[in-house]
Amino acid sequence: MSIFSNLTAEQFETIGQQLDEIRNRELADLGEKDEKYIRSVVKRQRQLEVAGRGLLMLGFLPPAWLAGVACLSASKIIDNMEVGHNVMHGQYDWMGDPNLNSRTFDWDNTCTNKNWKHTHNFEHHTYTNVLDMDHDIGYGLLRMSEDQKWEPRFLFNPVLSVILAVFFQHFVAVQSLKLEDYLINKTKSKEDIKAEFKPIWKKMRKQLAKDYLLFPALAGPFAPLVFAGNLAANVTRNLWSCVVIFNGHFPEAVEQFAESVVENETRGQWYVRQMLGSANFEGSRLMHLMSGNLSFQIEHHLFPDIPAHRYARISLEVQAICEKHGLPYNTGSFIGQSISTWKRILKLSLPGKRKKDGQGPGLLKGWQAKAESLTSTPEAKNRSAA
Amino acid sequence: MSSITQTSNRFQQGVNRLLQSRVATILATPHGVDRYLEVLNPMWSVDEVRAEVERVDYLTDDSTTVTLRPNSNWQGFIPGQFVQLTVTIDGKRQTRCYSPANSVHRADGRIELTVKAHANGFVSRYLREQMSVGEVVTLSQAAGEFALPAERPERVLLISGGSGITPVMSMLRTLCDEGFSGPVTFLHYANSAADMIYASELESIAESHDNVTLLRCFNDESEHGELTGLFSREHLFRSVPDYAEATVFLCGPPPMMAAVEKIWEEDGLGDRLHKEQFTLASPDLQSDNVAGEVRFLQSERVEVNSGATLLEQAEEAGLTPQSGCRMGICHTCSCRKTAGKVRDIRTGEISDASEEIIQICVTVPVGTVTLDI
Repeated sequence: MSIFSNLTAEQFETIGQQLDEIRNRELADLGEKDEKYIRSVVKRQRQLEVAGRGLLMLGFLPPAWLAGVACLSASKIIDNMEVGHNVMHGQYDWMGDPNLNSRTFDWDNTCTNKNWKHTHNFEHHTYTNVLDMDHDIGYGLLRMSEDQKWEPRFLFNPVLSVILAVFFQHFVAVQSLKLEDYLINKTKSKEDIKAEFKPIWKKMRKQLAKDYLLFPALAGPFAPLVFAGNLAANVTRNLWSCVVIFNGHFPEAVEQFAESVVENETRGQWYVRQMLGSANFEGSRLMHLMSGNLSFQIEHHLFPDIPAHRYARISLEVQAICEKHGLPYNTGSFIGQSISTWKRILKLSLPGKRKKDGQGPGLLKGWQAKAESLTSTPEAKNRSAA
Repeated sequence: MSSITQTSNRFQQGVNRLLQSRVATILATPHGVDRYLEVLNPMWSVDEVRAEVERVDYLTDDSTTVTLRPNSNWQGFIPGQFVQLTVTIDGKRQTRCYSPANSVHRADGRIELTVKAHANGFVSRYLREQMSVGEVVTLSQAAGEFALPAERPERVLLISGGSGITPVMSMLRTLCDEGFSGPVTFLHYANSAADMIYASELESIAESHDNVTLLRCFNDESEHGELTGLFSREHLFRSVPDYAEATVFLCGPPPMMAAVEKIWEEDGLGDRLHKEQFTLASPDLQSDNVAGEVRFLQSERVEVNSGATLLEQAEEAGLTPQSGCRMGICHTCSCRKTAGKVRDIRTGEISDASEEIIQICVTVPVGTVTLDI
């Protein structure tokens, strides 16, 4: 594998072993403290939700409306990020509790459990940042990689990014449809889309009925206020989760890979790809909770099924491993990573390739060579396949 | 007093109906009403039986007697039936079956479970060593064919061994509470007098009920039981001469049960014998993992174990289990193993034989394995 040209096979092996050791140690340690933690988070989420919905019923008082939106937004964010996302990764399957199990858990989001596990757990986590395999690179909508051929529609990159963020839960819900294959690439039929949309619509309908019909109806004459409050909470959660996810994979220095990397990829190489394809951001404990510990995106990608509250501690060891082998460990402030992501979005809305020295700080020559080898070969094949 | 109880009952029924309504379900979607109720009180649930541990007693050196106060979803039981008790031990839910030992007429509605702690009994040892008053556990509704018939038999013979005493204890207590007048013989086998659960209570029942005969049988004569040694036909001839007329309820360790069954079958009395089967699965401990078979429960297929991962073997068998990364990352392939041991090819670790969720893409069978796919 030429792309990891500055690491030897032994180094990959060592990295793989060291990370496997961490993984095995953490798995062996799972127990009561993880259970207590997740149950306390779930409890707090349910309290926030009940408080939020209750306050919105008093929405005719402006402070109550604002507080209601705040509580409900926080509830939806915690439900989706620290609880839903992590539970559906199987982080708590070992507990044997059907209410916290990846097979049965459902979240306060329009995306179904099954579709999420396919597009996210499988496609995104297995083929992280591999162009044309990881659909999270642009969601079929945006140009998020230099190696995606520029088309005029990508002029709308910034506008579409904002739309994606505002309606994030709905885009995620229909992500498995791969709508671009129907609309743009014409490789998928309308009938396929319709059949696949059926279970999605079933879930969407319930979510929409709850937030936009039933709870407003309970408020009687104040229905519009509850409607508006629920809308605000949903949009807040959408914007927040979109920003968190973008910050995890799209800051400029994050690597993207060609399809060829996954052929005969070793465990060690897979680990390294996860580290290079992810970025962290720093923050307080509250920030980590509200981002579902995706502020430790690197650790999450290395160990997606280890309870996320453990990432903070693990991150010190991961950093040490990176340092030892001369690998970049991409982290920064929340704002810094967001700005960097938006630079990428804006830059890629225009045609043209990345400058040869535009790799960002901390990267070695080997990685540049890799980037070059990437841009030259796989593109034609990928595009024609699409 | 009763009118107050009635009003509160009606109120509770009303609340329950409301919580089970379609509107409540949609409002609580996708988590369900229970997930909100349990935040307020762990005992509250729309349909699950939860129970609070009210007392923990130790009647013998290695047993635990737990008194449970169930919530209103508990529908009661028939003497002899069992419940599934779910407790959380070090973060992990564990479920085991136990037969309540109390009378069904117990006025306070409590459930009494008595469990003998085995050296390797993960749950029974937890109950003995760690269970404390105030803990909330989950119960199933009662189930099981082993049960005292609604039309009480005229002559009852209860035979038990060790901790198998609990279902027949419930039968005896229930019959006594009902003022049952037919002859009842309680034949119990224990290692020693000190080991016998409910010894003193049985003694006082036998003293105060003319129709109840207590026969204790210990290993050693010095223990002063009515009988000594293992179950035999001689015990019956000597102490229960009319055994052929009795309806028999039997619960105990497998060898003892086999001995009793043999005699009743030889005598052609098989239909008078009711027994509680608790067969303990004893999986083959083969060092070589390429042995045994893989059983797919839902698809009703059995294949010879090829040594490959369970996912590969399922696919070779023509099944289409869900799968994703095939490297233990995404948990798409997670499914329920109902029996057998598996080895995690990542860690080399061998699981135990109990029911659990496993990732079939990274596990190989060690001997025969049953999967719920």
